[in-house]
Amino acid sequence: MYSLRLFAIRHSRSFERIYRALEATLVRLDPLFERIGYARLERPTAFVERSIKGLLFDCQMCGQCALSSTGMSCPMSCPKQLRNGPCGGVRPGGFCEVKPNMRCVWALAWDGASRMQRSDRIREVLPPVDRRLQGSSSWLRASREVAARQRAKRDSERAALARAFSEARAIEPSTAPLAEEPTPAMNKGEH
Amino acid sequence: MSPDTAPDTIRPHEPPPEGMVSGSRLEQVLRAGQFAVTAELNPPDSADPEDVFAAAAPLAEVADALNATDASGANCHMSSIGICALLTRRGLGTVYQISCRDRNRIAIQGDVLGAAAMGVRNVLCLTGDDVGSGDQPGAKPVFDLDSVSLIRTIRTMRDTGEFLSGRKITKRPHLFIGAAENPCVDPLEWRPERLAKKVAAGADFIQTNYIFDIPRFTAFMARVRDLGLDKQVYILAGVGPLASAKTARWMRSNVPGIHIPDEIIARLEGAKNPGEEGSRICVELIQQLREIAGVAGVHVMAYRREHLVADILREAGITRGQR
Repeated sequence: MYSLRLFAIRHSRSFERIYRALEATLVRLDPLFERIGYARLERPTAFVERSIKGLLFDCQMCGQCALSSTGMSCPMSCPKQLRNGPCGGVRPGGFCEVKPNMRCVWALAWDGASRMQRSDRIREVLPPVDRRLQGSSSWLRASREVAARQRAKRDSERAALARAFSEARAIEPSTAPLAEEPTPAMNKGEH
Repeated sequence: MSPDTAPDTIRPHEPPPEGMVSGSRLEQVLRAGQFAVTAELNPPDSADPEDVFAAAAPLAEVADALNATDASGANCHMSSIGICALLTRRGLGTVYQISCRDRNRIAIQGDVLGAAAMGVRNVLCLTGDDVGSGDQPGAKPVFDLDSVSLIRTIRTMRDTGEFLSGRKITKRPHLFIGAAENPCVDPLEWRPERLAKKVAAGADFIQTNYIFDIPRFTAFMARVRDLGLDKQVYILAGVGPLASAKTARWMRSNVPGIHIPDEIIARLEGAKNPGEEGSRICVELIQQLREIAGVAGVHVMAYRREHLVADILREAGITRGQR
């Protein structure tokens, strides 16, 4: 809804906090999601996501949400669907070239970003949209991706240890192992 | 136009000289610290190549490169790649304008290779005006890429030798990558930051939209210098002679992204000969813009007034031989 969208951008800093907490929670739930199966979770999660984000941000479910880098202003509401806006056609007062009664999504985005803690994120160059992801859940995508990155980091740390202590690894197989860990064993001791 | 040793006649995929990314005349002039001039060609609504050469004639003498526009204002004309194909045959320097409105990433990347193969050495990456402002408003807009991701795409093709998909390009294009900026329209505060993003994406030079408001542009350039962008990118300020107050008002209402201060319109209104006044204003603007630190040249857009450009530049003190 337009008015709620403007509200969210005005309060971009609060929403940034909420989003970061949400992302952290989702990432922590990645082992659970793996067990249930991401494919099975897709439809119900997308439904919830569309309802909440649709209301708050006029979310179009592009599947590659970058709200924390667009000042909480959804770029898919832009008639040109710019991922790196604004364009040069902005009307005086900050109104859209294509829809003159609508505030430019990107002018609002830069304003919203200036209020956020990570106000530098909007300076990053965002890639073009992958149309195949339309309708899919960005929340689950983010959780899969961040969890995968953390796993990769853990794996490279373990690999470094295994290289440095290769002799110990040879004689004592459970010290500095490289074999993939089943998730319950890995998460004990983390909270 | 004699094909001198203008470097735009070097073989299309020949590597550029040391320290350059394209070897184009425009790049040479800018890197040598000389004041560059580019001019926009008025694309014909015709299938006759002679119309292109006729349009280029008054501008070729004074410009380092000619911009072939890509359906600007969403109005259909001969395509920018067609115009580039013709001009490169005559050894003229071209700026191949690419708009993201009409073509997707597949078509654009293919066209970039085609253009490079014909000898195009400069490109200008644009998002594109909305279809609504043109003569065929019912058309389907594409906008698969935006200007920033287009810049990054072309830089990847040039520097990494890959398409966006990662597939290898066997002979890379050598292109001087340009982008547009519109410093005098809202959101004023964020325009310099947007420029920073284009530079981060890979822009080598910038051509701005018309600058009629010197105070606004001066403020923009001050912020640009604060951000250190003037050292990373060459900025060419957009100028052009207005024909009359009526034309100016029409442009303000019908062309997206135009900002003309009331004082300029008042001057045209009050002038005995508005056409001459428009040229005089253009000369004054060029002289003032030249004084602003960080401005590396001008980009002349003289729609239907191309015959005046050579005189205007001469009066402003900018001639090919003296730069």
